[in-house]
Amino acid sequence: MHIVDRRLNPGGKSLANRQRFIRRARATITKSVHEASGGRSIADSDSGGELVLPAQGVREPSFHRAASGGIRDYLLPGNKEYVVGDEIPRPDNGGGGNGPDASQDGAGDDEFRFALSRDEFVDLFLDDLELPDLAKRRVANVENVSYERAGYSISGSPTNLALMRTVRNSLSRRIALHRPKPEELEALRTEIETLPQGERRRALEEELARKQRRTMLIPYIDPLDVRYKRFNAVPKPVAQAVMFCLMDVSGSMTEHMKDLAKRFYILLYIFLKRRYKNVELVFIRHTHVASEVDEDTFFHSPETGGTVVSTALEEMRRVVLDRFDPSAWNIYAAQASDGDNTASDNERTAKLLVDTILPACQYFAYLEVGRDIEHFPPGFIRRNSDLWQTYEAVVKAGAPLAMRKVGHRRDIYPVFRDLFARKIGSEAAA
Amino acid sequence: MSTTLKSARPLFEGADWEFSTVQRCHDAIQEIAVGEMGLCVYPNQIEVIGTEQMLDAYSSIGMPLFYKHWSFGKHFARDEAMYRAGMQGLAYEIVINSNPCISYIMEENSATMQTLVIAHAAFGHNHFFKNNYLFKQWTDADGILDYLEFARDYVLQCEEKYGETAVETTLDAAHALMSHGVHRYPRARATNLRMEEKRERERRLHDEQVFNDLWRTLPGKAATRHDPTALERRRALLQLPAENILYFLEKSAPRLAPWQRELLRIVRQVAQYFYPQGQTKLMNEGCATFVHYKIMNRLHEKGLLTDGAMVEFLKSHTNVVFQPDFDDRRYSGINPYALGFAMMQDIERICIEPTAEDRQYFPDIAGTEDAMAVLRDIWANYRDESFILQYLSPRLIRQFGLFHVHDDGDAPSLKVRSIHDDTGYRDIKRTLARQYDVGWSTPDIQVVDVDLAGDRKLIVHHRVLNKILLNENDARMVLQHLADLWGYDVLMREIDATSDTVLKEHTISPRPGAFG
Repeated sequence: MHIVDRRLNPGGKSLANRQRFIRRARATITKSVHEASGGRSIADSDSGGELVLPAQGVREPSFHRAASGGIRDYLLPGNKEYVVGDEIPRPDNGGGGNGPDASQDGAGDDEFRFALSRDEFVDLFLDDLELPDLAKRRVANVENVSYERAGYSISGSPTNLALMRTVRNSLSRRIALHRPKPEELEALRTEIETLPQGERRRALEEELARKQRRTMLIPYIDPLDVRYKRFNAVPKPVAQAVMFCLMDVSGSMTEHMKDLAKRFYILLYIFLKRRYKNVELVFIRHTHVASEVDEDTFFHSPETGGTVVSTALEEMRRVVLDRFDPSAWNIYAAQASDGDNTASDNERTAKLLVDTILPACQYFAYLEVGRDIEHFPPGFIRRNSDLWQTYEAVVKAGAPLAMRKVGHRRDIYPVFRDLFARKIGSEAAA
Repeated sequence: MSTTLKSARPLFEGADWEFSTVQRCHDAIQEIAVGEMGLCVYPNQIEVIGTEQMLDAYSSIGMPLFYKHWSFGKHFARDEAMYRAGMQGLAYEIVINSNPCISYIMEENSATMQTLVIAHAAFGHNHFFKNNYLFKQWTDADGILDYLEFARDYVLQCEEKYGETAVETTLDAAHALMSHGVHRYPRARATNLRMEEKRERERRLHDEQVFNDLWRTLPGKAATRHDPTALERRRALLQLPAENILYFLEKSAPRLAPWQRELLRIVRQVAQYFYPQGQTKLMNEGCATFVHYKIMNRLHEKGLLTDGAMVEFLKSHTNVVFQPDFDDRRYSGINPYALGFAMMQDIERICIEPTAEDRQYFPDIAGTEDAMAVLRDIWANYRDESFILQYLSPRLIRQFGLFHVHDDGDAPSLKVRSIHDDTGYRDIKRTLARQYDVGWSTPDIQVVDVDLAGDRKLIVHHRVLNKILLNENDARMVLQHLADLWGYDVLMREIDATSDTVLKEHTISPRPGAFG
């Protein structure tokens, strides 16, 4: 008999099968991923987790008999009271006799449950998306270097001394030049001590002297042996980003609108997290005054007051100057609002945006959240809001600002995709 | 019977084990299994694996290596999710019908469980694989691992040459038809020259022996030479009707590339390899459970198992052979371990201490004393269906409280046909045996005709038993695969087996560009 320990075999034997499965079920999985992401908070929205798929997309059909109809015979254990000729009312579930046939016919489950890893989750979530070109150019320009190991050099600072390599070189040199080993000298010396005076002893003494001279001439470590670890400086893009969430929390913003905004922020956060190791979140809410708050307050604490958008932009400018130097941080901002603004503030908002905010940002998205479109009476045409008109003018003037309208949950993802979709030809330009 | 003195040292104490423990257990078990019970087994190879590897083995139907396909990934994902959620435990072992016989044992098992698993898998299943006629007839234990390795590499090469999608589509289609890709009866082997000569000699000898000159004087009949119609000729040419659909496609589908035929062949071979396992589930598990029960008891008698280990074993054993009643929430069909084990024990009892009833029902084996010889013979020569038909005793029918419910789809209620009484035994036996008969459980689907010179429409018949049609949704999906492989239209008729009336027809055209 043989006993084989297979526990140490490389794992992930079924990885190839899993990838094939995910590729196969891609469309269904992507849909499920978007549904699953609805109920999570922003910070842990990209942690992977369990998914439920409808079994239809990955069905493995086979010829088998239908689960109902026809003449069937069942043999069951555990008879207690029945005698021959007894009639049993048909159970409700589609004519199965006491339910034994469901498992026999392999009718299968309607849903298919399995877990996705974090990477798989995010991959599917952000399939086909990429940062706008603008951001890429900016990232490439940043002067920031990191060091990478690149072999050995013969000069360098003592702290970078490559000890192993140096000793190895010295050893091979010593072997090549036949430098006497200390043990050899020691052995010679003891032999000489045991010998009486005479021819033989003198010969050995000469030999010892010769070897000692050789030892002196051939150093244990020669400057030739010394090696230093070499490092190359590699320019590195700034690996940190900050994401500003700006939101109007005045009374006109309903829970529904906030929910829409939250979903958009989640998408943006996951997307940035994918590109940058370190993503900071800043929440700025505003009514007629603006303040920086934590996530919970941002989404859940009610506030009343008028609506002055420029206060939020002003607050953002302050935070940027204070903590996030645009040369060291990639700044992204997403603003959500129902479009209301005090009429007198529009001009000031536009000016602030164009002069200070946009130049500092990689990307600025404005999301106008509305009520569920379906609730509007048919034939009702909505007038563009104050803020929309203001921003539209800014965009027409050529400023890099992305703006979209969203009315329903299901629109969020398409709008997000639309904003970040990989533009055809952008690869060629890059 | 057991008068052996208690030996001084048990094989192990406590739950921990190491490889030497496993070796010791194996040797002690081998002594009992081969020496005392007379089992005949392939050499054993025991492989220790972890959780993930067990899940791996699950998803590739227990085989150590297999080609790549998304459906295995799907099963892995589901099993893993169920396991992580605690909804499903993992098997203690998996055993592969190969030579040497490979048993996987889980590293989490306690020493007692390892002993149990070795007795169950490495001796019980192993003996059954080596000796049962179905396995001898259908599977090649020596070659299966090599074949699977070939299959894996071949599929990989095809993926490189023809693209993953093309291979996947072919395999999908082949998998859908897998249940109808087996030969149910041994085919006539191709004759070789020596066989041919021998047969010819025998025939001549026979002619000489029965020669009678009188026959020559009889007036001949008018020319009645049967002239086969065109239909019959072309059916004979294609060896129709054919129930092995994959084999038929592999040989006759007009538009498949050679590598696609080879893929069909691989799937077909795998299906054929597993074909006996589906027909011997009850016996196989019954045999293994009986063997491990015997062995563990003997080990305990010999003092090789501590009392604590014995209690642990009995707890696990009773869980395995538990049969919930039909009205129990846990009921999900008849437990093959429970019924199989009970039948084996019952046969042993009939051999050793038969009752008058047993002598009446089983005159051949009642009171033969050597129960193991009887059991070994049964394990070698029966499959589930014939085993039940032959050896389900009235006593067991009473013990399990088996009863037969008849469900006529048109009647308003179900009817109890027979219960465990004198008039019912035979009917219950027959009904249960039928549940285990593959001839009844898989629908009878055959390729009956195709006009290769004409429109090449493939005609497939389903002989409908008891008016139970195919599940339509699935059937159409499979037919779509069939049409894709065939390359032309496929017509399926569902024909009532008793009255020959056509109950339903499906026609499916191949999807353009599905292949090629």
